[in-house]
Parts: sequence; structure tokens; C-alpha cells
Amino acid sequence: MTEIPSSLPPLSERPGALGWMRRNLFSTWGNSLLTLLSAAFLVWAIGGLLVWIFSAAEWRVVLVNMRLVMVGQYPVALVWRIWVAMYFLAFLIGNTVGLRMEKTTRKGLAVGLLFSPLVFALFSFSLEARLAIAGLSLIALAGWWLGSRWPQAFRRPVLIGWIIYFPVFMLLVRGVSGEGSPMEVVESNLWGGLLLTFMLTVVGIVFSFPLGVFLALGRRSQLPVVRWFSVGYIELVRGVPLITILFMAQLMLPLFLPTGLTIDRVIRAMVGITLFSAAYLAENVRGGLQAIPKGQFEAAHALGLSGFQSMLYIILPQALRLVIPILVGQFIALFKDTSLVAIVGLFDLLGIAKTVLAQPEFLGLQREVYAFISLIYWVLSYAMSYFSQRLEVALGVGER
Amino acid sequence: MNKKLFAMLALVIVASMVLTACGGNPSTAAPAEPPSAETSAPAPTTAPAAPAPAQVEFTAPGYGGTLATVKERGVLICGVNSQVPGFGYVDAAGAFSGFDVDYCRALAAAIFGDPDKVEFRPVTASERFTALQSGEIDILSRNTTWTLQRDTELNGNFVHTTFYDGQGMMVPKDSGITDLAGLEGGTICVQTGTTTELNLADVFASEGIAYTPAVFDNADNTFAAYAEGRCDAVTTDKSGLVARRAVLPDPENHVILDVTMSKEPLGPMVRHGDDQWFDIAQWTVFAMITGEEFGITSANIDEMMGTATNPEVRRFLGLEGDLGLKLGLENNFAYNIIKLVGNYAEVYDRNLGPNTPTYIPRGYNSLYTDGGLLYAPPFR
Repeated sequence: MTEIPSSLPPLSERPGALGWMRRNLFSTWGNSLLTLLSAAFLVWAIGGLLVWIFSAAEWRVVLVNMRLVMVGQYPVALVWRIWVAMYFLAFLIGNTVGLRMEKTTRKGLAVGLLFSPLVFALFSFSLEARLAIAGLSLIALAGWWLGSRWPQAFRRPVLIGWIIYFPVFMLLVRGVSGEGSPMEVVESNLWGGLLLTFMLTVVGIVFSFPLGVFLALGRRSQLPVVRWFSVGYIELVRGVPLITILFMAQLMLPLFLPTGLTIDRVIRAMVGITLFSAAYLAENVRGGLQAIPKGQFEAAHALGLSGFQSMLYIILPQALRLVIPILVGQFIALFKDTSLVAIVGLFDLLGIAKTVLAQPEFLGLQREVYAFISLIYWVLSYAMSYFSQRLEVALGVGER
Repeated sequence: MNKKLFAMLALVIVASMVLTACGGNPSTAAPAEPPSAETSAPAPTTAPAAPAPAQVEFTAPGYGGTLATVKERGVLICGVNSQVPGFGYVDAAGAFSGFDVDYCRALAAAIFGDPDKVEFRPVTASERFTALQSGEIDILSRNTTWTLQRDTELNGNFVHTTFYDGQGMMVPKDSGITDLAGLEGGTICVQTGTTTELNLADVFASEGIAYTPAVFDNADNTFAAYAEGRCDAVTTDKSGLVARRAVLPDPENHVILDVTMSKEPLGPMVRHGDDQWFDIAQWTVFAMITGEEFGITSANIDEMMGTATNPEVRRFLGLEGDLGLKLGLENNFAYNIIKLVGNYAEVYDRNLGPNTPTYIPRGYNSLYTDGGLLYAPPFR
């Protein structure tokens, strides 16, 4: 929107704001009437919303429960570990933005993103919380500066950083078991809020992706057993709603296990979500595989590549690139589907919102709490969608 | 080439159709199973559960097992509700609070002498009985109504009721109505298709009070209509009324009448087969009630320890006799409960008392000496 056209039209054809309005909003009597009516409707609808947001709504319920919404019942004394993980993430994001600065057209937007945590620091949290939030911006900016100053030196480390990020994150959140370990273990029943939603989503995506690709390849395999297994698995799982799988994992599984043996509930949910997502992912990937012309297989064969090599180097990269929009759509859906675990008693973002609503001092503030968590869902879903668009541009999807 | 391709394609399609059909069979069978667990947790367990009690009753292999497991684990796992104001919820500091939650703390205090050695496991209405049966939780303390079916089919035992809920009636304060008779000729908002609606009809018919029911198909509409002043009163369970009143635009202008129109005894539930565990859970409730009866509170209990002369009080506090040891606990288990969590009145006032937003008049939940139903057997 802010992009400046390479060459401006002559002054006489460059309409000002007034000219633009006359041409687009008030060109005819009918249009003028429609414009006025729409404006009145917008003022009525959005005005009411704004009045509610800024005067009627009691946001204290959200501010007081912010820690609960973010990390659930994670022990206060150990929350620093999550901050460390957040700082690491902020640095990676800043550094990546810095590295790619030359290629981005929207520099203002990118830098604005790094400053965005400062906005949260304005709210009435404790001083430590504000400093901790402001620290996110500082570290992101430091990463950005380092990245744009020495792009060559940071290219490799930042890639490694992204790859090891999730294992490091899990380690920090869970801690290390054993006697005298520097980081005591935080059991998964204390993970909650956005933290749990994030973990369920990332685990779902990271593990279902390879599983889905394997199933897609399996379904197209020449080996009958592999193919039958893949088809059977995909059709079985796709025939069952996710909530059923979660109920199965949370309620039925314990009945079949020998007494005394219990599997962590969060892990049960993670496995359920992963297995469910993999079946859908497999079909999406298979769609991409089918779109690759047979000539590609034949050309790869003619070059002397083995079946495995041609799949890995020729077919899969093209197929996956084709289905990026579908995959991202599925990941966004997966992110929101994780809220179903609230029904089986886990405190994810939605689960924690429901329990916050039961606090006697905040009864009846459903609108505030649900509005806030929908904002979180929206921001994160939009972020995923935005990065997928950037990825498509970077990979030239639809252009080649 | 084309012919071959077509033949292959046809083969693949046929094969995939066959396989889809194969895959489809289990997939249609699978969803049928869990929903039955969802809507009525008892169903899947009745079959395997039926023969079990017979064994248990004669050989009692489970006797003492739960306490041993809990002690070995070092923490009690208590199934609670996380979404009912006043009974079970997570406060802003991230700690579980509420009436049902405090019972779990009392049980932990009785076992370990530490009310914090309890892990709260939020369970939903549909999974609570399964969680208890499968051993995921040691005890269920989640506003569960004691019914015959749950006592038998669900393989559980209810210990003494901790909260006598029942259908209540809410009216605007300025109406001046104080009892059901005051509603003569009035309109009452009620949710249709519930036992609430039937109870309302029964009670008003038996008391000979004429009224007009205004029925709605869900709770939100029922209370919205009441808030708009479309009826003179609204009825549902008292604990529900309390939560709903707090959500009204002007909660201070509405009162819940001190009448109870149905029986909803809510209490903790344990598994069949471990009578020792049942006794411990049972006497934890009795200890809280007896504490109130003797006037022993967390504030004055240390003083009572020095001055108590009444033999029953001395036995209760563990100064004489071996009552605690008989339960398999420390002799001062009742002292720990009162000292660390409080007696029944303290726990009630903390969560449902007049100074809380979730105030429910004690009504039946008073000592028998005050006209209530709380009557603990003697500590002897």
C-alpha cells in the first residue's frame, strides 16, 4: 500500500483525496447514497465496538490473568526459562529480518514488528514484566543490527538456530530430570495457556509433516502392503472427527493400559493431533505429487537417478512447493483445532479462558476474555498466513 | 502406451475403491465407540466392570492399595472441576480454589500433614467416572450428585455428602418475596426439558401455589428473560443460580430464596474395592463437620490442644486413643485437617460465604443442631 510507483502519472491525472472520493464514492447519486448509508452503518457498528473496547469493557480480568493466559500454571519461580526461550526467538527473528533486509520491500513493517513488544510494555503490568517485555524488543533489534551489519557471518548460525530452536524450547520448558539437575522438571500438567497451545501446534506440525509425506508416498507406492497400509490409515483417520480421537486418547486408552502405567496426558493429546493431521497432510501432499507431469519422472530416470533420488531431488521439492498454500491452511486449522483439548480437560488457551471465567471476582466477563483470546488466535493465524505468502514469493510459486 | 496407462489407472481406481471400502469399515465402527464414552461414561465400563466387584467383595484385593499408592507417589491426585465459580476454578495466581478443591486439600492434609501435596486434575463431566475407574485420579471431588446408578453401575462409592445442593429460586430484591408462597400467581422462568421444570411443577402443585411457567430452551435465554424482567422469579440449582446471579447486570438487586425444591447431594466419590480408602475419604468429611460442631477452628486449635478436657475432643485431636491409626493415618489426622485447611464452616465461608461473590445461604448445609443435615458420627 505504501509502495511508491516507479513513475507518477502527470499532475492533472493525479487525483487528491477529494478527487479520489469524487471518483470512487460519489460518482452518481446512487453511489453517493450508498456511501452515506455505508458510512452511517460503519459508524454505528464500529463506534459501538470502540466505545465498548475503550470504556465499557473491564480489561482488568485479562491483565490480572495475563500470566495464566500465557503460560498457565507454570511455576512463577521458573517462568524465567520461558523468557529465555522467548529472547532466543526474538533474536532469531530480528537476525533473520536483518539478514533479509536487502530483499524485503517493506523495511518499515519489518522494523515495526521488532518494536511491537514495546506496545505491550505500556500496559499496567509490574515493572519487572514491563522490563522483560521491553527486553524482547531490545534483543530483536540487536539481532537485526548484527544481522544487517555482518550478513555473511550470521547466515549459517541463524539457520542452525532455527533448526535447534524447538528442541531447545522443549528442554527449557520441561527441564532436565535427575538428581541435582540445574533445571528442575516442570510436569506437563502445569503447562497451559498460549504455551500449551503453541507446543501442541508446533509438535503437531513438526511431526505430522514428515509422517504425512511418507503416507502420501506410501499411497502411491508400488508395494501393495505399503500402499494398503497407507490407504487404510488415511481413510480410517479421516473418517473420524478429531474430538473423537482426543476422547479416545484421554478416556479410553487408560482403560486398556495396565493399572499403574499412565502416559502423560499432554503427550497423548500431542500424539492424537499429530496422527490426525498426518492423514490430511498426506492427501494434500499427494495432490501436489499428482500435479507433477510424468515427464519429470521420466527425465529424472533418463538422467540416471534412482527412484529414491528422483523423488527426493526432483519430484518432492516441486510437489511441496505447489501445495504450500494448502499446507499452511491446514497448519492454521491445526493451530485452532488444538483448542479442542479444552474439552478433555487440558488448560490450553481456550481451557484457561474458561477457568478464568469461573473466578468469582470476574464472573460475567465472557466478552472480554473471549475477545482477548480470539485476538491472540487471529494475530498468530494471520502471522502464519503472512509468512506463507512471503515464502511463496521467495520460492516463486505460481510464477514459474 | 495410452492403453497401458488407462489399464493401470483403472486398476488403481478399483484397488483404491476396494481399499477405501476396507478402510471405511473400521472408520465407521470407530466413531461409534467414543461418543458413547462422551455422552454416558458408564456404558463402556458396565460390561467389564460387572464381574469385578464380586471378586473384590470376597477377597478384597484392593484393600489399602490406594493409600499405599498415594503414599508411595507422595502426592494425592484429585479430580476436580475447573469451571464452576465457588466450587472449582483456577485463581489469578494459578492455584486451584473452591469448595470441592479445599476438600482435596483436607484429604492431603489428613494423609501427609501437608495440604499442598495434591495434584489437581481437571476433569470434565463426561470423563470424570472413567478417570476414576482407570486410576488416573485417586478421588473425584467435582460437584457430583449421588444417585443409585452412579453408586452401582459406575463402580464407585460416594462418601458423605459435602454439599446439599438443590433447586432454588431467585427473585429481584425489591419484590419483597421471601418464600414460595409469595410467588402466588406469578410468572416463573424455567428451562424446558429439565428435571428443574418437573420439580417446579411438583413442588408448586403440592404446596397449592398457582403460577405461570415461562419456558425457554436453554439456560442463557432463561436468564436473559429474567434479567429483562419478563418473569417474577427464575429457578435452577442453587449453585447455578449463584453463578448466574453474578453475571446479571445488577447482581446486588437479586436474592436467592432460602428454599430448596429438590435433592442434589454433592460429594466426593471413590472407586469400589478399597474400603480403607473409602473410610479415609469419609472420615475426612466427618472431621471437618465435627470440627465445626466442637467449635474447633484453624485459629483456636493449638489453644484447644492445650486446654481440651472433653474426652471426645481429645480423641478427635489425637491426644488420646488411636483413632487415626485405625484409618491407617497418623493419629493427629483430624488436627492436620482443621489446622491446615479448616473446619467445615471455615471452608464454606471461604468459598461460598456471605463475603464472597458466590454467596449461597447455608440452608441444609448447616449442622443438625442448627436445623441442617450435617451430622457426623461420633469420634470414638
